[in-house]
Amino acid sequence: MGETLPTAEGCIEPVPGGRIARRFAKLRAEGRGALMPFLEAYDPDPATSMAILRGMPGAGADLIEIGVPFTDPAADGPTVQKAGQRALKAGGTLAGALAMVRDFRRDDESTPLVLMGYLNPILAYGPERFCEDCRCSGVDGLIIVDMPPEEADEVQPFAQGLDMIRLVAPTTLESRLPTVLDGASGFIYYVAITGITGTRSADAADLAAAIPRIRAATDLPVAIGFGVRTPQQAAEAVQVADGAVVASSLIEILVGTLDEEGRATPGTVRAVLDGVRALAEGVRGARD
Amino acid sequence: MGCCDGGVTPPPPQAKTLLARAFRANHARETAAVNKPLPNASRPNSLRSGPDARGRFGDFGGRFVAETLMPNITEVQEAYDAARKDPEFDREWRRLLKDYVGRPSPLWFAERLTNHLGGAKVYLKREELNHTGAHKINAVLAQIMLARRMGKTRIIAETGAGQHGVATATACALFDLPCTVFMGATDVERQKPNVFRMKLLGAEVNAVTSGSATLKDAMNEALRYWVANVQDTYYCIGTVAGPAPYPQMVRDFQSVIGDETREQCLAIEGRLPDVVVCAVGGGSSAMGIFHPFLDDSEVKLVGVEAAGHGIESGAHAAAINGGSPGVLHGNKTYLLQDRHGQITEAHSISAGLDYPGIGPEHSWLHEIGRVEYTAATDSEALEAFQLCSKLEGIIPALESAHGLAEVIKRAPTMPKESIIVLNLSGRGDKDIFTVAHHMGVEI
Repeated sequence: MGETLPTAEGCIEPVPGGRIARRFAKLRAEGRGALMPFLEAYDPDPATSMAILRGMPGAGADLIEIGVPFTDPAADGPTVQKAGQRALKAGGTLAGALAMVRDFRRDDESTPLVLMGYLNPILAYGPERFCEDCRCSGVDGLIIVDMPPEEADEVQPFAQGLDMIRLVAPTTLESRLPTVLDGASGFIYYVAITGITGTRSADAADLAAAIPRIRAATDLPVAIGFGVRTPQQAAEAVQVADGAVVASSLIEILVGTLDEEGRATPGTVRAVLDGVRALAEGVRGARD
Repeated sequence: MGCCDGGVTPPPPQAKTLLARAFRANHARETAAVNKPLPNASRPNSLRSGPDARGRFGDFGGRFVAETLMPNITEVQEAYDAARKDPEFDREWRRLLKDYVGRPSPLWFAERLTNHLGGAKVYLKREELNHTGAHKINAVLAQIMLARRMGKTRIIAETGAGQHGVATATACALFDLPCTVFMGATDVERQKPNVFRMKLLGAEVNAVTSGSATLKDAMNEALRYWVANVQDTYYCIGTVAGPAPYPQMVRDFQSVIGDETREQCLAIEGRLPDVVVCAVGGGSSAMGIFHPFLDDSEVKLVGVEAAGHGIESGAHAAAINGGSPGVLHGNKTYLLQDRHGQITEAHSISAGLDYPGIGPEHSWLHEIGRVEYTAATDSEALEAFQLCSKLEGIIPALESAHGLAEVIKRAPTMPKESIIVLNLSGRGDKDIFTVAHHMGVEI
């Protein structure tokens, strides 16, 4: 987390130290790991996705990841791809995702929000203006999937006050770790499987071997994603790491409630939040 | 239908003369300028030295991939850096080009076309005579050799028109490697003969239904597969796009086209051509013929994008003429996108040009002004397709027909002693169904 910038008029006040670091510190003090559910902004429509976002902290989300829809999500599996397509059809944009964050911040000042997406919509928006608007709206961290550290100068120079969250993969070489960790803040996102989102499940033994390797290289909290689907897996993840990111299985719950035209039904929001609750129970019971 | 009367409407005689005069004046000035040594080194010593260590051509190119893909890219980069220094690798590749592909491909003086157009001498670089019918095989053979060096046991590729898929399936048959070709479901439907060819050659064709089910989605799907199968799989990219080192590597392997053209033109005409023209989708055939001429400032280089129904219609595949810079498929380059940075659908009658991006080196060559990028519409390409068939007895690929459309516009404006070379990158047998459909003929 860099220095805090003066707050422009009408903007959300920054939290000293940053919401992400504070949340992880608080959880550490409580002796438990973080549940980080994911939702795709505007999936299947703006109102439903806003209601899910608002309800997530109450259902047990410790941090929330908001996906920004993109036409060509090359690192994502079919579930997240289709969520993106529904979101785009519903008018989803980067500006729309930022508006959701502003709305959310009206009644929640403490839950950290991380935007996850691809670089091209950010370049089209303008990286400098994007970072300004993130700070102003109350975004805490960024995961830009297709911007590895080697290309980080596209956005990083403008990102003071925002955590730049980096991915580490099972195939990331030991020799490459320092490059990946240089300039990283907030937490490290460990990709639990060799592949795309939502296609396989993480193996507990692999995780137990991989996480200490990252811990040896950084003091940042480590969250596990890409292969975490069930409350049981979320619990296993926070036994070795500091947090668990769950995306595809929550999107699958959402899809299960949509009508034939792909529209939300009265049960959509509750079903997704029930899914979050079940995961939260898993995470909270993990270290008992 | 104007395109189907069997001929090309010549420009009105008056306009033609005016244009010709303007061009001659221009041309004389340019020629005079290049015969003198450059006054100072305001330009870099060579335009052929890119990319830099970051894989950039100016601001374009790079390695914009998820961390999950970084090890794959690094491995290919290291393997390529080693292979290009290995004379044995080069020898084996040249042997395959000669005895398997049938290189060198001829540089054909298209006399009837020249007489018909009434201006510059038109030469055709006959890449369509290569084994598998297009230039794609040049880079594919080298990449499969590289994959073998790396110990990879499975090959994947993306394809649009199917030409790169066929070339990859061919090389995999030759080297006995299993091959999976990712192809947009829309393209599978409109390129049935090539789908069947790939299957005959033993490849598996994976019809991609995600996104818009075209070439860009096939590339996304191939990248996704590769991430999950990095240990045993090599991704054989068909064009000069994608993360570094692909734009450089594919260009280097395709530069055999320009190297030969240069030598052949010197042997036949005793000098270099005045203009070299090539159609551009991703731009591998164009980079291949342009690159050896980049430092010959007297040679004008013209890339021809697919204007589809016309740039102003929005239904085109002209990334430079109708797009803006962005990041897709691992590189920064000109792209078709909306104001939110969402990638928009490309349209072209030619499936091989139907891609919303262009290789990053082209974006750079455009920005520094070394290459001029024009565009030809579907109907201009259809007219050129028919004209070439009738006058030269050569059925060109619809991709190449876009380049030819530019030659048809440009040659009449050039003096008779000047030379224009078209890279005839592929043969058009695969396109006869599409062309027949547009001519209203049932076959």
